[in-house]
Amino acid sequence: MSAVIVDQLYKSYGKTRALNGVSFSVDEGELYGIIGPDGAGKSTLFRVLTTLMLADKGQAQVMGYDVVKDYRKIRDIIGYMPGKFSLYQDLTVEENLRFFATVFNTTIEENYHLIADIYKQIEPFKHRKAGKLSGGMKQKLALSCALIHKPKVLFLDEPTTGVDPVSRKEFWGMLLKLKRQGITILVSTPYMDEASLCDRIALVQAGEFLQVDTPRSVVSRYPATLLAVRSGKMHRLLGDLRDYPHVNTSFSFGTAFHVTLREGGSPDDLKAYLMQKGHSDVAIQAILPSVEDCFMLLSK
Amino acid sequence: MLKYLLEKEFKQILRNKFLSKLIFVMPIMTIVIFPFVTNQDVQDVKLAVVDQDHSPLSERLVQKASDSGYFRLADVSPTYEEAMRSVETGDADIVFQIPQDFERDLYRDGAAQVLIAANSVNGTRGALGAQYLASVVRDYNQEIRPLSGGANTSAVAELLPDVRIRYRFNPELEYKVFMVPGLIMMLLTILGCALTALNIVGEKEAGTIEQINVSPVSKRLFILAKLMPNWIIGFIALAFGMTFGWLVHGVAPVGNLLTILLFTLVYVFVTTGIGMVISNYSDTMQQAMFVMFFFLVIMMLTSGLFTPVESMPLWMQRATAINPLQYFAGAMRLVYLKGSGFAEMLSPFGWLCGFALVFNVWAVVSYKKKS
Repeated sequence: MSAVIVDQLYKSYGKTRALNGVSFSVDEGELYGIIGPDGAGKSTLFRVLTTLMLADKGQAQVMGYDVVKDYRKIRDIIGYMPGKFSLYQDLTVEENLRFFATVFNTTIEENYHLIADIYKQIEPFKHRKAGKLSGGMKQKLALSCALIHKPKVLFLDEPTTGVDPVSRKEFWGMLLKLKRQGITILVSTPYMDEASLCDRIALVQAGEFLQVDTPRSVVSRYPATLLAVRSGKMHRLLGDLRDYPHVNTSFSFGTAFHVTLREGGSPDDLKAYLMQKGHSDVAIQAILPSVEDCFMLLSK
Repeated sequence: MLKYLLEKEFKQILRNKFLSKLIFVMPIMTIVIFPFVTNQDVQDVKLAVVDQDHSPLSERLVQKASDSGYFRLADVSPTYEEAMRSVETGDADIVFQIPQDFERDLYRDGAAQVLIAANSVNGTRGALGAQYLASVVRDYNQEIRPLSGGANTSAVAELLPDVRIRYRFNPELEYKVFMVPGLIMMLLTILGCALTALNIVGEKEAGTIEQINVSPVSKRLFILAKLMPNWIIGFIALAFGMTFGWLVHGVAPVGNLLTILLFTLVYVFVTTGIGMVISNYSDTMQQAMFVMFFFLVIMMLTSGLFTPVESMPLWMQRATAINPLQYFAGAMRLVYLKGSGFAEMLSPFGWLCGFALVFNVWAVVSYKKKS
């Protein structure tokens, strides 16, 4: 059975199309990543699925319940963590958790096992006001509050945006543990490197799903050989690469340019061309594409 | 569930250092200090005297004016022009001129003239000051009549015929008696509107309202939990206002306390209803503040709190029919000053019930529409 089914969802804000005919489904127990830049429509999709907003057109179901007709039933079984920290800053850590437990007709004790791993890390500060916590701790508290009623589906809207790399890694570790407990997780993120940790990913741009697959097959479906090009004169390299008649795409990527070639071009030919243009120390290397490379190619 | 929601609301109110104090400080400030500040009794009028006669009788008149308690002798000038200069510089409010031959005319003709010229830039001060001075001259007439054998001083600015006025329900025309019930209205209005609007918009701004919205808690219950503390705060403010009005100003209602409570009950529904409507149309606290102050200032000024509704232009008088503040202020004053019973105030009560209904229905409908 599918935990989430979305069928031809449309939503506009005035003239801006936030969702432009989105369809997909998420299996039960799956960790599903929605990957895309800011403004791609990720948050809108989450708000429709969590019954906070009505779509203009199309249908969506969560655990078999319609988001419009059965919204009350959905609210009992989902956990939602919005991108912005939205707990009561003037209540303490413990009071927040207790409040959200009672709001969902449960107690901390009843589902403590679910949050134990996460909550233990902030428990020493349980009498501190939520507003006085550090970013990483706030995020752990928010996740605890979203989990306290043992939701079947967890919606996490950009949970790692603005969080330091160490806490990010830690957070994904927690998600993988939750997944093992059988909770279906939908997570959106603008960080492509997080995608490889998901079971399946959807690449989103401008309200449309470009591709849905496992991270591995997204990468393996990359249609060309990807080359990493470096030279001693990096600042001139991009212009020269684009002048090379057989270059299909070239993007700046950390310390190198990622390049794909058209028919007729070859790495050796490119190297010769660049040397002739006055570049020294030219290094061209075939590499495995990352999710980000796939995204750049798809969104071109 | 309501119990937990309320527990959370009270925790938040009490934990808010500013708000929790404001709820107690504001009634005290408003009721204790405002009646003194908004006092419109005119005192300490600055008098510029031009005594060109320098006779025993003219000196006696000046003495009488400065002894009357209303005036302070600010300036003595030889000519009217020089006295006017001190009015222009703001050193004097009224010029009191006694012409040459005042005493002679009084003895010879049995009548003499004095001049009162008042600065009307501050209308109330000028007009009332001139009237006070005219009445001083009138008293003076009575005193010197036997002396001059039926002599008479007539003041140019004397306007009032000898009319005896008795003020019913507030015999000394004391401003405080009039202001205290009105200020209680102001207090309940500001607290009810502001606390409700800012509280709900605050949750919107923090995003916490969405966390509640994805939970099984119904919106109705959530809003009810938001309103109930404000209803209670309204009654606390009333209790403070009435207590301090009585302790500090000795102003206590002549009428029935139960009538006041009944009106207050309906009125807190009205004010929290207005607050809720404002919160539904605002996304930020800033926006809510501005919208609220725009409407509150207009409604306050046209409520009859400071100036009577009857002296407003006719179109405005008609417009105040939809100003709920006016009905509550009016009813409070009737109970406080006149001791009117509930049966005599069915009309304002009906209006207030209507407003409570309209604003709360409006709030519920607009809340649904927005989400």
